[in-house]
Amino acid sequence: MARMKFLCDAERCIECNACVTACKNEHDVPWGINRRRVVTINDGKPGERSVSMACMHCTDAPCAAVCPVDCFYTTADAVVLHSKDLCIGCGYCFYACPFGAPQYPRVGNFGSRGKMDKCTFCAAGPEGDSTEVEYAKYGANRLAEGKLPLCAEMCSTKSLLAGDGVIIAAIYKERVTQRGYGSGAWGWQTAYRETVDV
Amino acid sequence: MLTKRKDRQASRTHLQTLTGGMAAAPLDRRTFLRRSGLVAGGLAALGSFQLGTVKKAAAISPPQPGVPIELKKSICTHCSVGCTVTAEVQNGVWTGQEPSWDSPFNRGSHCAKGASVRELVHSDRRLRYPMKLVDGRWERTSWEEAINGIGDKLLEIREKSGPESTYWMGSAKFSNEGTYLFRKLAALWGTNNQDHQARICHSTTVAGVANTWGYGAMTNSYNDIRNSKTMLVLGGNPAEAHPVAMQHLLEGKELNNANFIVMDPRFTRTAAHATEYVRFRSGTDIALIWGMLWHIFENGWEDKEFITQRVYGMDEVRKEVAKYTPDEVEMITGVPGEQLKRVAETFATQKPSTIIWCMGQTHHTVGTANTRASCILCLATGNIGKPGTGANIFRGHDNVQGATDIGLDVVTLPFYYGLTEGAWKHWGRVWEIPYEDLVGQFSSKELMETPGIPLTRWFDSVSLPKEDVGQPDVVRSMFVQGHASNSITRIPESIKGLAGLELLVVADPHPTTWASLAVQAGRKDNTYLLPVCTQFETSGSRVASNRSIQWGEQIVPPSFEQKDDYQVLYLLSQKLGLAEWMFKNIAVEGDRPVPEDVLREMNRGGWSTGYCGQSPERLKAHMRNQHKFDLLTLRAPKDDPEVGGDYYGLPWPCWGKPELRHPGTANLYSTGLNVMDGGSPFRARFGVERNGETLLAEGSYTEGSELTDGYPEFTMAVLQKLGWDRDLTPEELGIIQAIGDDMGDIGKVSWSTDLSGGIQRVALSHGCHPYGNGKARALAWNLPDPVPIHREPIYTPRVDLVAKYPTYPDAKQFRLPNIGFSVQKAAVDNGTAKSFPIILTTGRLVEYEGGGEETRSNRWLAELQQDMFVEINVDDAAERGISDGGWVWVNGAENDVKAKVKALVTERVGKGVAFMPFHFGGWFRGEDLRANYPEGTDPYVLGESANSITTYGYDPVTGMQEPKVTLCQIAAV
Repeated sequence: MARMKFLCDAERCIECNACVTACKNEHDVPWGINRRRVVTINDGKPGERSVSMACMHCTDAPCAAVCPVDCFYTTADAVVLHSKDLCIGCGYCFYACPFGAPQYPRVGNFGSRGKMDKCTFCAAGPEGDSTEVEYAKYGANRLAEGKLPLCAEMCSTKSLLAGDGVIIAAIYKERVTQRGYGSGAWGWQTAYRETVDV
Repeated sequence: MLTKRKDRQASRTHLQTLTGGMAAAPLDRRTFLRRSGLVAGGLAALGSFQLGTVKKAAAISPPQPGVPIELKKSICTHCSVGCTVTAEVQNGVWTGQEPSWDSPFNRGSHCAKGASVRELVHSDRRLRYPMKLVDGRWERTSWEEAINGIGDKLLEIREKSGPESTYWMGSAKFSNEGTYLFRKLAALWGTNNQDHQARICHSTTVAGVANTWGYGAMTNSYNDIRNSKTMLVLGGNPAEAHPVAMQHLLEGKELNNANFIVMDPRFTRTAAHATEYVRFRSGTDIALIWGMLWHIFENGWEDKEFITQRVYGMDEVRKEVAKYTPDEVEMITGVPGEQLKRVAETFATQKPSTIIWCMGQTHHTVGTANTRASCILCLATGNIGKPGTGANIFRGHDNVQGATDIGLDVVTLPFYYGLTEGAWKHWGRVWEIPYEDLVGQFSSKELMETPGIPLTRWFDSVSLPKEDVGQPDVVRSMFVQGHASNSITRIPESIKGLAGLELLVVADPHPTTWASLAVQAGRKDNTYLLPVCTQFETSGSRVASNRSIQWGEQIVPPSFEQKDDYQVLYLLSQKLGLAEWMFKNIAVEGDRPVPEDVLREMNRGGWSTGYCGQSPERLKAHMRNQHKFDLLTLRAPKDDPEVGGDYYGLPWPCWGKPELRHPGTANLYSTGLNVMDGGSPFRARFGVERNGETLLAEGSYTEGSELTDGYPEFTMAVLQKLGWDRDLTPEELGIIQAIGDDMGDIGKVSWSTDLSGGIQRVALSHGCHPYGNGKARALAWNLPDPVPIHREPIYTPRVDLVAKYPTYPDAKQFRLPNIGFSVQKAAVDNGTAKSFPIILTTGRLVEYEGGGEETRSNRWLAELQQDMFVEINVDDAAERGISDGGWVWVNGAENDVKAKVKALVTERVGKGVAFMPFHFGGWFRGEDLRANYPEGTDPYVLGESANSITTYGYDPVTGMQEPKVTLCQIAAV
């Protein structure tokens, strides 16, 4: 089976937020919950770069490792999903996640957390595919319809790629080879400092 | 780690049935809307929802499992790229949006706005019913009552003050057909006081560019920029204003290893992706371009053959440019001389090069001259008329190009015919209305042929003394359909104008800032809000920036009492007694004029701009066959049965009748192509010679032309002289003869007035272009500055330069005095620059559009930008004790006005420069005006308008305002 991955090409991302509103549109995500967001570093300075972030669907997901009720599971397509019926809103996954993916609605007067919500790679949750119940809890299930996540499909500059890791890696590799500058991989300079000419 | 298949998960999970969620049966559209919109009450309601579910039940129409999906295609309403929107409709409800892979423009992509347009239709912030002010409070009314009330008042004012006292403010968000009906209604009402957003968008582009080479539109296309080796963005920020265009720019940059130069006072999000960023002082574009040309001429980098064959007056430019030495240019613009030399060399030698601009060039008192200078840069380097070159002018709204073409403009009838007697007679023939009857509608024949008042000055035309307004009376009533109030500068004075109007009508999907400011101005009655459909709730054609025309179908019908633009204009024209003329040749179904018929009437009259070949049938075939058009050339394979050889959207000019199957013109002025393949020379628009020098091309002609030199525009006389009149069919000849009789000379019937299309057809059959083969004008003798020269902005921090580079002298333009010179002088004399030392410039955010009421009412967009702000440089902030995110007062240089906004402390703007986005409204002088909206229609996000701070300043050629440079002072609250 394919291993589903997101990859954001920082040479292309212009922080237009299409990925954010496409996600809102597809899943009707309410105000205050952001399954996806665009992060900009060096805002307003030379070297400004943006990258679109959501759940990275990790191979060995830290959220799952710390979940006290074991509500996470990984699909055959390597998408990390969770069950809102099991989730107790404890917030451990939020602390464990390096990307800030888990989101919580605030409910009640004391600001206690509701069930965790996060990007599903447009694969929804454990309920029957494309049912009303599934949509109400997790949003649309595009993977079940043979479609890829809408955020990437609608990306204005084809910066955000989603799909089989092997295929998007090949697309990205071709791009980097063609343009011959900038690794495009976010984090490159952080990892290698100035020792690598990019 | 467990790896589980989804279907195994169900057995392991204790599933609960969802309670209180979705109804079991599919909801119909109205039930859905009743359940959703009416319960939401502002931000608080949005933030609370059921434990365990993602969303509040039925917050916005969810997909309906098992219900068949119908796919409908329309065009995004938020910018001029022309992205196709693919909607999934179930049971008449718009339940989902899918990527539009087949469109060669967007290839599936959208920006934040395009990806959220479904919300616009479902929005619970829309106007649902006609409303009117009764004793200062908004009350619901009926369409019948509203139209009667409005019509009676309009007729009363007409009786008292004449037709010129009603101002018709239309919209770039109309379809072509809506635009055309609005334009026609104003003409039949008897006034040229009708205008739309192009005035404050690209009016200066149209004037400057058309005066250079014939037509004032983008010469190539977004897609064609993929061919460029050098892209120069001067006065544009496509990353925020046209994000999907950036796909073409960035891919082109990667594939060609292209130079991507961004010149801007701000380090924009576009500049972040540039290969070279040039920061310069706002309002010094001409000095900047002349500074580049100085190096180009000095080093002989110009294209001498191109200039000799196809350009008139370049020597005059040379003389002017010689004054702009590197030192002088650095002193004016602040750009280091070496950097500018490098940019000049790159642009001139690494070809093909294109120059891209948007409102950074146009929003100035020297806007027309700015755009002329940009065109001259293309001409001098031979960067026009070939793939990858050109003046790629990014228009703003989804149909601002179309609305401009269709003459919703104070200076012309549809398709740039102007306002001359000949123009009125042409349209009289198309409309089948006797010329004398048209004259009778106006106060006088003179006013009929006099340009109207630009919308930038509407409030001056209300507030100025009668004797200062060049028409029988001041403006007393205004009908606004689809235009924001807060996108116009000098808001404090527009509030006075609102108080002075006897009647104000606003027809729009949203109440807009007109509503909140009208109440603020103290209006108590005679103020109406008419709920109008979005373009997704009606059908019609719209023109993208590259002149391609796309047909949008109705996705869903409106949910409440909204009517589309056609219906509103039908009801109004009926009330005003103009319906019989308006719809003489246009079918009306119920109260809805058929848009296809409207387009056919435009086809019958739009010869001058090549709007004659785009029949509704051809446009719809293009939408069906989108996948067949090439990404780079935009052309379909020649052997295709439906769209063979066509360029996508039949970009105008598309000559002759639809049956001629002209393919449209992808890149203007391309002599390398046959005219029937979209080739064209420069338009012979300015005569054949001047001072003994020819204005016709020399030794340059389109591929396969039988005339191998320059030639004038085609008239019957020219055809007769060439002996080509024998090629006309008897039917064509009959029509030409009839028009000739009307004109008194058959020889005068031209390619643009021949309703048979015969003259165009015959010229094309000989490989010749109907509009002639002329030279472009580097010297435009009819403009205030025939060769552009630098002029300081009215409010400039460089008062030392005003004496050498003053603004234009005071004059009367467009029926009103333009006292820019006096204002500039007073500002210098009073030391305004000392009290207000910071340059204020304005621009766009990606999440919002225009005045922003519609997009600030879209919850998915509003969430992303919740506060109005000002960008202020780190040093300026430190000097003033301003912290990032803190509240500040921005004080304006006029009207003692101030605005309370949040500070965004950043190096994005240079020291001494501040930036404000222009999409906010609903606050004024620190006061929240939310209570002024009709209940439940206030946008989620309100904020101070940048245009309450912007100041006086009007381009003498078009009346363009100056929101890109003024002065302000900023202080912590």
